[in-house]
Amino acid sequence: MNASPAVSPDILKIDAAAETERIAASIRDLVFNKLRRKGAVVGVSGGVDSAVVAFLCARALGPQRVLVLFTPEADSSPDSLRLGKMVAGSIGAPSVLENITPILQAAGCYERRDAAIRQVVPDYGPRHKCKMVLPDLLNGDRYPIYFMVVQSPNGETSQVRLTVEAYLGVLAATNLKQRTRKLVEYYYADLKHYAVAGTPNRLEYDQGFFVRYGDGAADLKPIAHLYKSQVYQLAAYLDVPPEVQSRVPTTDTYSLEQSQEEFYFSLPLEKMDLCLYGKNKGIAASELARMVGLPERQVERVYTLIDAKRKATRYLHMAPALVEQIPEV
Amino acid sequence: MCLIEQEIRSFIGENYLLAREDNLNNNDSFLEKGIFDSTGILELVSFVEHKYSVELEPDELVPENLDSIASLARFLQQKIAGQNAIPEMSLPAPSARSGL
Repeated sequence: MNASPAVSPDILKIDAAAETERIAASIRDLVFNKLRRKGAVVGVSGGVDSAVVAFLCARALGPQRVLVLFTPEADSSPDSLRLGKMVAGSIGAPSVLENITPILQAAGCYERRDAAIRQVVPDYGPRHKCKMVLPDLLNGDRYPIYFMVVQSPNGETSQVRLTVEAYLGVLAATNLKQRTRKLVEYYYADLKHYAVAGTPNRLEYDQGFFVRYGDGAADLKPIAHLYKSQVYQLAAYLDVPPEVQSRVPTTDTYSLEQSQEEFYFSLPLEKMDLCLYGKNKGIAASELARMVGLPERQVERVYTLIDAKRKATRYLHMAPALVEQIPEV
Repeated sequence: MCLIEQEIRSFIGENYLLAREDNLNNNDSFLEKGIFDSTGILELVSFVEHKYSVELEPDELVPENLDSIASLARFLQQKIAGQNAIPEMSLPAPSARSGL
């Protein structure tokens, strides 16, 4: 049986040229009229999302009204800065390099994280490497419980289930990275009277894959409505450097290379993209399963997990809660 | 309702249903009801490991074992029974027993 039109392989295809112009017009309006700022700061990580946002801001505001910011730290891959510079060079925008390692050291980020890891890996030290992972849904229907993968100085790798205390300790410490990056972004935004452009795509925005007041903080989020595969379509249209387009999406937060899939989504992003679209459009799991290449039961499980993540992360989107509304503001 | 089910229900009520009016049935899926976030799941696992002196293996962390009060209680009963059972290999041979 053929797939119905609703689940054809082209369901996420967009008119990249028209979408680029629509977003650029919106950025101009948001920055100049609504936010009343003179330009935009974009934190560029070497990944495709921030590259597309930087390209869109340059097209909307002019490259001289975009400040590209690099904020590497001790655990960042060297590729992040190299590819970030490639992006800034491609759009011809000014850029600033701020290594945030000293700030993080002063805040005890690495020490606190390592102390939390030692709760489950007692011999963990500065020469070890780590990453936090969820089970891969493609290898069976596992409960979403976090494990810590640790690599010893001699290259041996082990995996340990995290305790609540260790998990929260690692999370609290590593979230300092995203919050420090935002602190630096707003320093430059204040300095130049610019707005801060956030870089989440729809998967990240919908599923709460961001740190509250960290990478979740921004004055505008120009691609938050785009599925990841649509971001890639814009990247191709905008001529984002091919190496940036082909880079595997990473969190660039832990010392071991960590994909977004193993940290949060538990599924390859192209499959997650289609499942989120299917869920949003009310497509039955049985119909979507054929196109995604997953068993129906697994699509049903992903649909459930999408709702569970939405519920669990709803507060990330909330403005500070007030006991009483203040109508004057 | 068995004691383990009551204890799990009590743990969830005290920690996750504060000020909430959700009616949680024994067979309701924790994931579908949105009872736990990633921290809550770890707290649940930690609670049952300490309360019942069991250690959950990675391959046991599946929805069939964990995703409702009933399934978790059933899994724990089997796990505890398995731990308490005297392994067959260590039983004295019938001839030896008969000689007691």
